[in-house]
Amino acid sequence: MINDRPITYLDSAASSVPPRAVIEAMSRHYERRHANVHRGVYQTANESTHDYESAREAIARFINAPAGANEIVFTKNTTESINLLAKSWGAANLKAGDVVLVSEMEHHANIVPWFQLREALGIEVRFIPVGDDFRLDLTTIDELLEGVKLVSVTSMSNVLGTVNPIKDLAQIAHRHGALIAVDAAQSVGHSPTDVTELDVDFFAFSAHKMLGPTGLGIFWTRQEILADMPPFLGGGGMITDVSSTGYVPAKGPTRFEAGTPPIAEAAGLGAAVLYLEGLGMDNVHEHEHLLTEDALSRLETEFDGRIRVIGPRDTIARGGVISLDVEGVHAHDVAQVLDQFGVCVRPGHHCAKPLMKRFNLIATARASYGPYSLIQDTDVLLEALTDAVKLFG
Amino acid sequence: MSNLEDLYREVILDHYRSPRNRGELATPPAIRVEGFNPLCGDEIVVYLMVEDGVLTNIKLTGHGCSISQSSSSLMSAAVKGKTLTQVRDTIIKFKQLMTVHETSLESSPNPEVVDVRTLGELAALQGVVKFPVRIKCATLAWNTLSQALDEVSG
Repeated sequence: MINDRPITYLDSAASSVPPRAVIEAMSRHYERRHANVHRGVYQTANESTHDYESAREAIARFINAPAGANEIVFTKNTTESINLLAKSWGAANLKAGDVVLVSEMEHHANIVPWFQLREALGIEVRFIPVGDDFRLDLTTIDELLEGVKLVSVTSMSNVLGTVNPIKDLAQIAHRHGALIAVDAAQSVGHSPTDVTELDVDFFAFSAHKMLGPTGLGIFWTRQEILADMPPFLGGGGMITDVSSTGYVPAKGPTRFEAGTPPIAEAAGLGAAVLYLEGLGMDNVHEHEHLLTEDALSRLETEFDGRIRVIGPRDTIARGGVISLDVEGVHAHDVAQVLDQFGVCVRPGHHCAKPLMKRFNLIATARASYGPYSLIQDTDVLLEALTDAVKLFG
Repeated sequence: MSNLEDLYREVILDHYRSPRNRGELATPPAIRVEGFNPLCGDEIVVYLMVEDGVLTNIKLTGHGCSISQSSSSLMSAAVKGKTLTQVRDTIIKFKQLMTVHETSLESSPNPEVVDVRTLGELAALQGVVKFPVRIKCATLAWNTLSQALDEVSG
């Protein structure tokens, strides 16, 4: 309860709410089988390792990784996955003058690591513009791809809800000899994912945005690319051999998993994958699509134009993230009024300041759906928005 | 909704809708200081004219939520024409009003520390303290003014 109202959770784009199955998988780990992974001989250590590695297999299946679990690296979150890409693959494969092409609708997590690489190596960071229709403007994409070694774009904007044509972009990038990385944090928990079919090269996402726990991110790349990537963090678990004169890094994903990994979280992620597979990602997508369609049409008709949706109006290639600009009312004030109704939305720039600047916005109030969202959530949202509009006249 | 009415008092909404002392002053002779809240993107620019120890003029630009904007407007009205000593005194009083007292279970201003009656219209902002995440909105302008005064006294 918030302010004596039941919680209406509309902040799944920030973090999704884990189902009981995920919480129980994590509890089971700590209550019955807690032990460190790998190299233990006793039973619970084996079970712990089994849970951890099963989660890797579950994720590989969930995104259809062509060579399976050997291509799945566990990180801390999407941000760390992108940093791994920039600081391991990027540092080894890019040189001064090479171009990384991102887009104007990226989260800071897919901008700052490239700026850091620019400082370190002198690469160029270039931006695909966003059109007035809130979609990537690809009219000059062939020119933009000049000199590009890597395209790194989001599959779905965390501000606009725009779903980008990743498969097309992968084709164009490859035609220009560039690889393509995808920040998939916003899409993996909301629609079917198939990295083989998309024909992409790198994929980064987070467990906690797909009904799993916080503290666990996923990095996927094709086996042959992973094999050549230099280690990122050094320590235990990432080696084949260490002597007083040097070390030999492990092969495969554990090379990038120095130190004790988030084991309970991996068990939780494994449960989240089973849960989502049980729902069916096509069903999840359709469910959120209907909620979004309904909300967009009601927002358009019920507020006399005082509320503007910052994102595509059509629901083709669009997810359940709805950013609102309420005329004359700052997003923080909107969110404050909504809080009184128990409605959880996120005000701010959503870590996408270049995008906010593009649309001359300081902040938006963002409502976002998850698989558990109901049309009643939209009812309460609209009731609260009506109050906000009234209060600020 | 009583909490919300406590936060968004009529005085606050009035200053938000019709902010006082909006605009710029020529620099020099005025000094200009920017304040920034990187978390929410609120920005404020304070222009000050100080002559013979008196804050003779103040103008503000920037953007932000109703709390940050009304607080800056209320501030400008409260300090304009005052001596720097009086201005500093008002800043201290206001900062005390915005302090959440850890010993108090109810996060409300401590009347022993600040006599809200001496604060005039500024007292309207005391409801902010019940919403701790919004305190930084209310204090942005004041911190910026503080910084500007430090520049004056060099």
